[in-house]
This record gives sequence, structure tokens and C-alpha cells, in this order.
Amino acid sequence: MPEPGRARPQPTPETKHFWDGTRAGELRLQRCKACTQTYFPPRPFCPHCASRDVEIFAASGNGRLYSYVIHHRPVPGFTPPYAIAVVELDEGPRMMTNIVECPQTPEALVLDMPVEVAFERLDDEITLPLFRPASRINGERA
Amino acid sequence: MRPGSIAIVGAAETTELGRIPELSQIGLHADAALNAMQDAGLKPADIDGIATAGETPTTVAHYLGLTPKWVDGTAVGGCSFMIHVRHAAAALESGLCNTVLITHGESGRSGVARTRPPVSPGSLAGQFEQPYGPMGPPTLFTIPVLRYMKTYGLTDEQLAMVAVVQREWAAMNPRATFRDPITVADVLNSRMIAYPFRLLQCCLVTDGGGALILTRAERAGDFPQKPVYLLGTGESVETPMVSQMQDFTSSRAFRVAGPTAFAEAGISHADVDHLMIYDAFAHLPIYGLEDLGFVGRGEAAQFIWDRNTAPGGRLPMNTNGGGLSYMHSGMYGMYALQESVRQMRGIAPAQVPGAEISVCHGVGGMFAASGTIIMTNQAA
Repeated sequence: MPEPGRARPQPTPETKHFWDGTRAGELRLQRCKACTQTYFPPRPFCPHCASRDVEIFAASGNGRLYSYVIHHRPVPGFTPPYAIAVVELDEGPRMMTNIVECPQTPEALVLDMPVEVAFERLDDEITLPLFRPASRINGERA
Repeated sequence: MRPGSIAIVGAAETTELGRIPELSQIGLHADAALNAMQDAGLKPADIDGIATAGETPTTVAHYLGLTPKWVDGTAVGGCSFMIHVRHAAAALESGLCNTVLITHGESGRSGVARTRPPVSPGSLAGQFEQPYGPMGPPTLFTIPVLRYMKTYGLTDEQLAMVAVVQREWAAMNPRATFRDPITVADVLNSRMIAYPFRLLQCCLVTDGGGALILTRAERAGDFPQKPVYLLGTGESVETPMVSQMQDFTSSRAFRVAGPTAFAEAGISHADVDHLMIYDAFAHLPIYGLEDLGFVGRGEAAQFIWDRNTAPGGRLPMNTNGGGLSYMHSGMYGMYALQESVRQMRGIAPAQVPGAEISVCHGVGGMFAASGTIIMTNQAA
């Protein structure tokens, strides 16, 4: 469970599908039906071609560790040191997250290592998409 | 803007820099503005344009007793003042006003009546960045650098050298907050803030302010100071979320603002005598040198290591000591502009002999925005 006190996201009409998705155990992205680009963060139109003809789909939840810092100072809801990371999803978009089930050290947090989504329930409405080192081997769950 | 058509005729910082608990944020704006008006020999009635960030233009105009007919409240972080200069140049050239005052003041250290709006939990940053534990610029601005390090082989030692070289410049500046020499080892042994960034690779947090006064170049001879002319200007924005920047090894906003300014000025990199690149953290001069085209991709750290930007080098950079050693109130861009003006006036504490062209490049937010101003002391 995440520690109490961390900043809580407030869903908006344009992002509700994302937070409904994490609560249901899905990482939902959006894809443009006009130009086929997948994008994040959520919005009801395509940031590449401005088409409103977009669809929501469940992403694989797989990605790789793209970059991070390890914060050494206290923040409500966190015990330092902890990594603030960016993952690049297999579908293309990048998102900020935390890496769990992994030592928060440069030795353990290797850039480009495979990661997979790990849903962490914050409260009845919000479940955060965190990531952990991938357990999959050749694309299959170990 | 026609190169050379607009001049900076007044420039000043607050009387004190560093720790100024006796002045609030608006008081710092006013102290800098009064100093700049004195520098230009002007009274409030002579000012008919106002631009500012942090405070609203309304607040600053009323506090100073101004009646502006041109107003700019562009607030995109620390490079807002570069963008104000660009907007003011356009307004002056098209005759919207005659004399523009640009002010900055920030009680970054003492926090006296500071304005800093919180991130709304419903904004995209509030939903998709804040829940993961960032605490301001040291944890956000720094996130792309590990990707840069892996891509180009940048080392911890090279990243530390940025701070070492800037301290050499600060040692020559009596107004600099930190002036004692430091080594790469000192930097790497300083307290870890947000790996891979240590304390001496992060900017200061101080109180201060600055102000500029601009007018059309044909009036420049009417003022007591040596005029500094605008040659080129550029601006851009990319994203309010550092996690969403297109390329973690390069800033799109830099790559728009910088070349726009160079093209307007009609100069090449070899023409540049003096350079300021906003250095809230040690990696920013590296990104700036590459994105502005002074060196190729992946070459900036070695360029700094080889002392090209150090005292005696061929491209003197951040000659006031920068945000890492001179001062940094939060929105540092104004202080970079002030140092470019001093260099062009020939009065900088670490004066570059014979410098005629200065490039001043700013960043706003966490790679969110950018502004570039190119100045000269040579009349068109």
C-alpha cells in the first residue's frame, strides 16, 4: 500500500476513463482512428492531427525504464530515498511513475530494463499505475 | 524586429542580493524598478509600457504609479523576462508604446509575500506527475539527465565540472553568493539531493530582483548609459510536464527559440563573444550549448571540460557565476539578462575584453518554455 499523504490526482471528465481503468486493473491509453497515433496523457482529441475520432484501449502494461531521479529528501507519502521515474510503454507514450518491488538504487534501477504495471489502490476512487521489474520471459509471465 | 532598432537604456538589479527579509516580493520588484529608472534618468511618468511575471502587471504598475498603454503578463517561468524583451521590442517597433519597463522580484529565500500557485490536483501535472512524489525543480528538471548520460556517455565528473567552472567566474564577482573555489571532488562529495544531482549541481535559493527599460534605438542617445541594442530574439514553449518532453536529451523549446534569435540577428556562432545559458541545474548549459548549435549533440560536456567556457576560454559563459553560484531567486532569467547588459556596457565584474555580441538564453518551468535574446553594443 502507498503511504498516506501523497498527492492525490483529481480526475476530470476528460481523464475519467483512465482512472476508471486503473481501478479495474487496466492501463487505458487513447489512439487516434484518423492517424493511428497512440497518445498520453488523456484528452478527447488527437494531439498529432486534432481529430476528435479517438478510441480508448487497454494497453499491455509493459514498458521499459526510460529515466529517473532518486530523491533523498522527505516528501509527504514517501520515505527517501525513492525513485521518481519515467517509463516508456510498449505502445509508445511515456508516463511518470514510481518503481516498486525493487531497491531504490542506481545499481538496481537500470535504464531500459523491462517493467510492468503494478496497480496500487490509494482509495475507493483512485488506483495509481506504478511499475515493477518485469517478470515476463519472452513476453510470457514467468 | 529589425536588428539594432531597439535599445536597452536602463538596467539594474535590487540594491541587495541574497537574503533580503526586509522586502516583500512586490518590494523587490519596486527596488529593482526604481534602480533601473535612476539608471536611465527616468520617472514613472516617462514609462508607458509594463511587462512582468510573478506579480501581475496590474500590481506592479499600480505600486509604481505607472499609467501604461501597453501591458504584458507573460508568465512561463524563469525565461518570462527574455520573452518580455521580445514582446516589448515588437510593441516598441510598431509604435504601441515608447518606453517599456520590465520588472522581476522574488523573495525566494525569505519567502516574504511570495506568489507561487500550487499545482491543481485536476491539472494534467496534478494527475499524472504529482502523485509520484516530485518536490519542485530539483526532482523534475533533473529527470531527463540519466537518459542523456546513457545516450551520450556524459559522466558524473563532467556534470560536476559545470559547477566548478562557474565558481571560477563567481570568484571574480563581489556580488556572487558563493565565491570560494571548488573542485570536481567537492561537487561529487556534496550532499545527494536527487540522484544523480548533488547539492553543488543545484542552484542557490536567494532573494532579489532586476529591471530593464527599453526604447527605440533612435532615442538611445538621450539616456545617460551606453545603449545596448537588440539584435535578435526568440521564444517557444513545449510542455508543462517534463515527463512528456519529446526528447529527453534536447529541449524542443530551446531548438525553436535559439535559432529564431540567430536568424533574426543574422549572425553565426563564431560572432558570439559572450554567452549566458540559464543554469538552474548543472545539465542546462550542456543542453543549451547543443540546442543553440554552439557544439554538436553530445559534445557540450567535453567542450566545458576543455575550458572553452571558463575564464580565458573562447566562449565565456555564465560570467556572473550563474544560478549555481551568483544568485537564483526562482526565476533567474532576469539576472542572466542583467549580466549580458553589463558585459555589453563593459562594466561586468568579470568583463570579457572587447565583447560586442552577447547571447542570453533562458528556460522556463522544467524545459517547459524558452526565450533567447541577442544583444550588441554596436549601433546598427
